[in-house]
Amino acid sequence: MLTLSLNNEPHTLPEPMSLSQAMEHWGLCNAMAAAAINGEFVPRSQYTTVTLHDGDTIDIVKPVGGG
Amino acid sequence: MSVQSHATSTDTPFVLYGETLSSRFILGTALYPSPQSMRDSIAAANTSMVTLSLRRQNPNTPSSVSQDSSQQDGDTFWQYIRDSGCRLLPNTAGCKTPREAINLAEMSREIFNTDWLKLEVVGDDYNLQPCPFGLVEAAAELVKRGFKVLPYTTDDLVLGQKLLDVGCEVLMPWGAPIGTGQGLMNRYNLRTLRERLPDIPLIVDAGLGAPSQAAEAMEMGYDGILLNTAVAKANDPIGMAHAFAKAIEAGREAYLSGLIHKSQTASPSTPTLGQPFWHQT
Repeated sequence: MLTLSLNNEPHTLPEPMSLSQAMEHWGLCNAMAAAAINGEFVPRSQYTTVTLHDGDTIDIVKPVGGG
Repeated sequence: MSVQSHATSTDTPFVLYGETLSSRFILGTALYPSPQSMRDSIAAANTSMVTLSLRRQNPNTPSSVSQDSSQQDGDTFWQYIRDSGCRLLPNTAGCKTPREAINLAEMSREIFNTDWLKLEVVGDDYNLQPCPFGLVEAAAELVKRGFKVLPYTTDDLVLGQKLLDVGCEVLMPWGAPIGTGQGLMNRYNLRTLRERLPDIPLIVDAGLGAPSQAAEAMEMGYDGILLNTAVAKANDPIGMAHAFAKAIEAGREAYLSGLIHKSQTASPSTPTLGQPFWHQT
C-alpha cells in the first residue's frame, strides 16, 4: 500500500504502479491533463515508465479560465 | 459611409515574437458568469489571443475543479476556447517561485501545444505584485527552453530592461494591481518605459477598469491591452468587451494621429482677427 498526495489530498494506491496506471486508477486519463511529481513536470511520454513511490506528491492539472 | 483614417490605414502591424496579431486587445477567460458569456465576450472583443491557465483536477470528477461558474462545465469551456480560433496565451498565475512557474509552463506547453507564455511570478499576496528577482530568473530559464515569454511585470524600467536582457521580446507592465480597476496608477513610469524602449512591444496588463483607461494607455503609444476582470465582472460583459475594443482602437488612432501638447495658457480656436465690437484701447 502506497500513501501519497494527489492534488494536495491524501490518497492511497494498492500497490506500486506507474504514473499512467495511477492516473487511470484515479480516472484522470485524458488528453487535456498534465502531471508533475514532487513539483517536477513529467512529460506524457514518460507516464508509463515513471513509477510512483510512497510519499510522492502528485499534481495533475487541466485547463481553466485565466487572466 | 465607412471612413478609414489615414492614421489607421498606415498603421504598422501588431507583431509579437514574429507573429502578427489582428487585434491589439488580449482578453482573459476567467470570472465570467457563464461559458456562453465568455464565448460571446471573446467575439465582441474581436480579440485574436486569449489567456487561460491550469488548475488541479480532482480524481473522478474531471470537470469540478473550477471555482467560478463559467467553468463548471470544463468541456464546454474548452470547446468554446477552441472554437474561438484565438491564439492561446497560457499563464503561470499564482506561482510564487521560478521553479513553480517553470514547471507550470512546461505543463502548459504540453497541454496547449504552444511556446507562448504569460509569465507570472507573484511576490506579494496583498497586491499580487510580480517578484522582480523571480521573474527575471524564471524568464531566463524559460527562454533557454524555447518559450516565447510575455512577462507580467511592474512598470519599473530597470526590471523591464533586465527582462529584455535575458531574451524577452515583449513586456507587459501592470496598469494597477490585478482586478483593482484602478487604471494607470503610475503614468510617469509607464511613459518612461515607452520612451526608453521605443522598439519593444509594450502591453498594459491588468488593473484597468474602464475603456477610457485603455484608450489613455494606447494614446501613450502602448501597443496593446490585456485585461480580464473589467469585462468579466461588468454587468454586461459582452457590451463591455465591445466598449474596450472600440476604446483600444480609438486610443491607437489618436496616438498615430498625434496628440497636441498640453499648455498652461489658453489659446483661442476661433480666429481673433476681425473680432466684432473690439476696439483698440
